[in-house]
Amino acid sequence: MNNASIILDDPTWIIVAKGVLVFALCVLLTLLSVWGERRIVARMQMRMGPNRVGPFGLIQALADGVKLALKEDIIPAAADRAVFVLAPIISVTTCFMAFAVIPLTGEVNFFGEQTIMQLTDLPVGVLYVLATASIGVYGIVLGGWSSGSTYPLLGGLRSSAQVISYEIAMGLSFVGVFIYAGSMSTGDIIASQSTWWNVVVLFPSFAIYVISMVGETNRAPFDLAEAEGELVGGFHTEYSSLKFALFFLAEYVNIIAVSALATTLFLGGPSAPPGLGFTSAWFGGWFSFIWFFLKVLAFFFFFVWLRGTLPRLRYDQFMKFGWKVLIPVNIAWILVVATLRLLTQQGASQFVIAGFTGAVVLAVLGAMTIYDRSKIKTEERANQVEPMPEPSFPVPALPTSLALKEKEGN
Amino acid sequence: MSEFHLEPKPSGAIQRAAEQSVPVTGTEPSGFFTQLKGFWVTFSTMFKKPNTIEYPEVKPEVAPRFHGRHQLNRYEDGLEKCIGCELCAWACPADAIYVEGENNTEGNQISPGERHAKVYQINYLRCIFCGLCIEACPTRALTMTNEYEIADDSREKLIWEKEDLLAPLRAGMLMPPHPMYPESDHHNYYRNEIKESHPSQDTKAGGEK
Repeated sequence: MNNASIILDDPTWIIVAKGVLVFALCVLLTLLSVWGERRIVARMQMRMGPNRVGPFGLIQALADGVKLALKEDIIPAAADRAVFVLAPIISVTTCFMAFAVIPLTGEVNFFGEQTIMQLTDLPVGVLYVLATASIGVYGIVLGGWSSGSTYPLLGGLRSSAQVISYEIAMGLSFVGVFIYAGSMSTGDIIASQSTWWNVVVLFPSFAIYVISMVGETNRAPFDLAEAEGELVGGFHTEYSSLKFALFFLAEYVNIIAVSALATTLFLGGPSAPPGLGFTSAWFGGWFSFIWFFLKVLAFFFFFVWLRGTLPRLRYDQFMKFGWKVLIPVNIAWILVVATLRLLTQQGASQFVIAGFTGAVVLAVLGAMTIYDRSKIKTEERANQVEPMPEPSFPVPALPTSLALKEKEGN
Repeated sequence: MSEFHLEPKPSGAIQRAAEQSVPVTGTEPSGFFTQLKGFWVTFSTMFKKPNTIEYPEVKPEVAPRFHGRHQLNRYEDGLEKCIGCELCAWACPADAIYVEGENNTEGNQISPGERHAKVYQINYLRCIFCGLCIEACPTRALTMTNEYEIADDSREKLIWEKEDLLAPLRAGMLMPPHPMYPESDHHNYYRNEIKESHPSQDTKAGGEK
């Protein structure tokens, strides 16, 4: 019995309740994650972080939100008013929409009704997430364009180029999962990970997804769209008050959304880690939410850790990395996965599969060696610097050359 | 060449650099694990004690010679050390000090000697805490304390008057105006020979008699 059929018989009130719960969860998580990020980054920099509003500064983000809401809402004279107002709304709604297909728990008892905390299980669920993410780009590019100002325009263009580029790598890293699970529905993908999580089976896909999700969410070290030193605030330079708060909310909901998607696709979603399967029945199945939550938190910590560690990339390095490394590697990996999958489905013998895997490993190692050698050669060539010619005009003697002359004279 | 030849010998590195041009490439070995080093740095720093001093609750201890707010000192019998010479005001690069001197008279002896400060103001909006006024003061009347919480919310409050700057009376001190210690002049005061007030200096008690 898959997720879709369990959800199918939900009465309307459950659907409404789930929608409200998912929305509340996103907002609550945003508040917590803003606080968490500031605290963790502070500790990484030997600071304390916000600790004054509420216990451990927990409601700092709420206080900031209230402050933002009470600020003057400025729309620049040069702005295209309608689009300017629409942009943050597009940005924030699409982020929330992505959560509709993500199962937050296993099968649970919700006031006497057997269901799953998942709004809907589309047969093309993951594609739906990709689609909402793509629409979210409109929020950024329109916000940048409609501000009627140079830096936001540059920031918006950069950001959209970045999100579109990294979406390709992201989408390609899903392909491995699709091939393996034989479905695009999030419920089925989780079910397919019952023996091994995809993070083990499809590690290259996972690695590429993790990198591209950072690019996709415009986060450090890929936060080129908001590069403070270059573009002031990027696409949201001209935004103030609640509209800015919406962009802020969108950024954090987006982080949680991509983390939740990574959890679903590669870490088995709400299923318990191997060896702890007995916990999934605790509290009428609700305990599975803890596992889901912990996995999302792990990803979130990774985001913060990246921000605390790596400096921002230059734009050309970033684009080169996306188009020349992530995408080609991903395509090659998909070919390997597809071949392996086909071989197993066609019932090829163990020897053929092992032989193919060995050949792939050898080819990768060979390619790496050739690459390293050519790199060393180019470095050697770069190191060969022409010796400076003797100047044809009189120059004052260097202290060292005086000493050398003395040595020669002795 | 004598043993005490003072000319520095060229070091090996400089010689080599002079003989051949050493290419500077800026490429360092950057293996996978070198890349991970930074991650370990940030991760391990999380478990170190933060450098933050939680200021309003925890007051940082400043150096003994910290330049805090000023203080106008007194002699041991309570007379003020300030003679209203204005040297501090003249020394001040920020023009933060304003002094108006006045003669000491029979019934209004504020400091030993001829003169005292009638008005003494320091404008803490201008003061840069350089301490040149302290160097200029000929009687050590003006010194700096370790107190640094001077911030306030109006321009008026940040102009400190003489009453705000004067050191409090300690035991054995009498509030001026009162006459100088009997059989002494300002030299005795200056040499710190006055250790406490004399009963005859208490003008109030004397007046009541």
